Amino acid sequence: MTVDGRGAGMRVSLFATCVVDTMAPRAAWATARLLERLGQSVTVPAGQTCCGQMHVNSGYRGQAVRVVANHVRAFEGADAVVAPSGSCVASIRHQQAMVARRAGDEGLARAAEELASRTYELSQFLVDVLGVEDVGASYPHRVTYHPACHGARVLGLGDRQLRLLRAVRGLELVELPGADQCCGFGGTFALKNADTSAAMLSDKLASIVSTRAEVCTAGDASCLMHIGGGLSRLRAATGTVHLAEILAATDDAKEAAT
Amino acid sequence: MSAREEILARVRAANGAARAAEPEVPRAYRRSDGRPPGHPELLDLLADRLVDYRATVHRCGPGTVAATVESALAEALGPDRAEVLAAPGLPEGWTPPGAGRDDGRPAVRLSGCGAAVTGTAVAVAQTGTLVLDAGPVCGRRALSLLPDVCVCVVRADQVVGGVPEALTRLDPLAPLTFVSGPSATSDIELERVEGVHGPRTLHVVLVESD
Amino acid sequence: MSRTFLGMPGIPHGTGDLGGEEPFPRSAARHLADHQMRANLAGATGTIRAKRASVVSELPDWEQLRESGRAVKEATMARLDEHLVELERRVTERGGTVHWARDATEANRIVTDLVRATGAEEVVKVKSMATQEIGLNEALEEAGVTAWETDLAELIVQLGDDRPSHILVPAIHRNRAEIRRIFLETMPGVDPGLTDDPRQLAMAARAYLRQRFLRARVAVSGANFAVAETGTLAVVESEGNGRMCLTLPDTLITVMGIEKTVPTWRDLEVFLQTLPRSSTGERMNPYTSTWTGVTPGDGPREFHLVLLDNGRTAALADPTGRQALHCIRCSACLNVCPVYERTGGHAYGSVYPGPIGAVLSPQLTGVAANPSLPYASTLCGACYEVCPVAIDIPSILVELRNQQVESGRKPSAERAAFGAVAQLMSRPRLWRSAQRLTRLGRLLARGRATLPAALPPPLSRWTRTRDLPAPPRETFTERWARERGDRA
Repeated sequence: MTVDGRGAGMRVSLFATCVVDTMAPRAAWATARLLERLGQSVTVPAGQTCCGQMHVNSGYRGQAVRVVANHVRAFEGADAVVAPSGSCVASIRHQQAMVARRAGDEGLARAAEELASRTYELSQFLVDVLGVEDVGASYPHRVTYHPACHGARVLGLGDRQLRLLRAVRGLELVELPGADQCCGFGGTFALKNADTSAAMLSDKLASIVSTRAEVCTAGDASCLMHIGGGLSRLRAATGTVHLAEILAATDDAKEAAT
Repeated sequence: MSAREEILARVRAANGAARAAEPEVPRAYRRSDGRPPGHPELLDLLADRLVDYRATVHRCGPGTVAATVESALAEALGPDRAEVLAAPGLPEGWTPPGAGRDDGRPAVRLSGCGAAVTGTAVAVAQTGTLVLDAGPVCGRRALSLLPDVCVCVVRADQVVGGVPEALTRLDPLAPLTFVSGPSATSDIELERVEGVHGPRTLHVVLVESD
Repeated sequence: MSRTFLGMPGIPHGTGDLGGEEPFPRSAARHLADHQMRANLAGATGTIRAKRASVVSELPDWEQLRESGRAVKEATMARLDEHLVELERRVTERGGTVHWARDATEANRIVTDLVRATGAEEVVKVKSMATQEIGLNEALEEAGVTAWETDLAELIVQLGDDRPSHILVPAIHRNRAEIRRIFLETMPGVDPGLTDDPRQLAMAARAYLRQRFLRARVAVSGANFAVAETGTLAVVESEGNGRMCLTLPDTLITVMGIEKTVPTWRDLEVFLQTLPRSSTGERMNPYTSTWTGVTPGDGPREFHLVLLDNGRTAALADPTGRQALHCIRCSACLNVCPVYERTGGHAYGSVYPGPIGAVLSPQLTGVAANPSLPYASTLCGACYEVCPVAIDIPSILVELRNQQVESGRKPSAERAAFGAVAQLMSRPRLWRSAQRLTRLGRLLARGRATLPAALPPPLSRWTRTRDLPAPPRETFTERWARERGDRA
């Protein structure tokens, strides 16, 4: 264990996000296990649903207000909120207060800002708050990494996720050509502009397949669902695994399998 | 209401509160290179940038400018030389024998000349740019445009580091031409090709102090 | 109450070549099938991205320049009326004439009348987005005046009877072999032995246009910048065709969007550093010309400046969208955009394609006339990252989507669905029930990891090219509650 004690004993509230909770629960489970392994006490507030991003980005800002209000209510009083998604944290940090403010709800806007200042994407929390890069994980596989856009560009995660991956024992990291190119998901873009989305995806898939990696990882389950759906349709040998699951994996095979 | 009045009224209506909130403009970028004009490093940098644009650079002392211009012309034009015209105010000591002076003929007739020789108002090392100000030493704009070869003489003390230093030395009311290498295009597959409508050959004579 | 911007009464939108009839998803699908175009674009944008990145990284103060550029534009817009009046005064003092055009029709009429007054039957043109936006060439054609485009890429587009697909390089969708073919088929007197070597192609254009430059009596240009305090106009170019047009004819007519104004001469020190590096990936473009009114003995004897609104003031009235007016037309956002790279510029239906086009076109015309463009983006943010004046394009896109929704023009099914989901997401207990309902999908999967591809719309739009995983047996919050006993 390489935790240096910083931030130890914090009460961390896990925000699973709507996509992970419903469609990729293993990523949230892995996040919780990883945080506990690093000495954090993890709670999962029962009132959580969604950050409101899908509504905001689709133009339904008015509808998003109640979703934002629910989010802020659900995490009231948390020491720190951690989510396994760059995109949702970007929305929490850069959209929620705007949504409330544009609706004329200054009180909600302030509360959202206050909560946003204590909300972290997983790699941000690990590297910036806990000061850890080696989380004691072991994952003996050939892995390529897609830096999902919102984490990279809106949150400015830089190489935090890569640093965490590089410290994983047994993991062979293969560089993804054109890594900074969007995979074509884009929320409702994948449906509204399905052909363009598919064209972008097909280039991303070709890059991934060219790495001959067993696993393509990223910090966002929604992009991975898009990429994974494409790989599965291609019957490609590469699968997708959320970053949190890799970081949670240890030599204890039984633990890793859960 | 006239179009003028109407557009101005629209701007005022559109601006509303934004008008009062006019922000301060930060200027935290480098406004000065730190090296004085003519610093040897700046001369090297200018030469390097110009060569990168496929211009030809000749360096000489103040006593050998005309001869250097002459050899640049010989290199660019070859043996059977078409008419060479110098800017009307180009110093005698920079003007090679045999070069005529721009006599103010209709601009389109400059197209028949083989080469032009001009001075420079300011040069920017970082970007490899020469600025011509259409004064007597640089000549009118058409002179450095129509002949296929252009030879520009730059004095070391005219070479500044960056764009901001150059602009403060220039008169905005004069018609200015910023020249960075020979004419070029990137319009075919975004690959740069030198030489389109402007001079296809640019020679720069850089005059260093002794 | 929701404070959504829905246009300011009394400020009309613009007209012109700013939007197609066909919705973006449909025209994109058509252009995506053009594999030659996609290969050309992928090659060209890849080249320019690398060049840009290299010259931008040379400047240690890039971020400071970017912030200053943004702030100069913001400050300019805040007092645009004063700057325009000052610009007019200075240009007039120096012998120029200033005209004001409310929209495309008025601008075309002004220019046509000016050309007619000279008696000229042809004009040479410097590449200009403003004149493309207003459809000036077509208006001149109707008046019996031939407009010769002199920028190489514009020439390729004009000769090929094509449409521009990029702000900086309108023929970016063509490769050298196609350009050779266009020249051979349409350029009178061209050498039949012309190869597809870019240098030879450029020389063919030089020969073709030389006589036209020398005989031209009228030139029409756009402007990259206009300095209010001095009345100085600036054109940034590469080939020298701009210099020809700005220098040789007797009459110069410049058509410029009102947002191109900058307050001071000093402001150019920012943009002359950021524009070339962002657009062609050069430290400096080969030629930049500046002029102030008329200079006796050098250049045109008559100078007309046409100041164009055409929807710009309508955009200015939008608190979020007004920053789109800061654009200096470098096209860096096009070159990095993954959507643009695949669909090409024609799919956008406007002379302004790509990310900036997706925010600028709907603002100039009103969102109602361009309803699909705000959705032509994944919001990946690459455009914002490279923009030399830091226009937050993703935020404007989101704002325009909101305006589109608020206008009541969205399909009611979509609106109802988003409304229902928002209801569920604001009531955690109902949300948990809804999550459990998604497990019905497991029945469709019949034990497989993914759902069948044949699903009803809108899911079919996903499953046409991607598998959809079968919903897990248990959500995370359910498992947590079960194993950890937390209330979930």
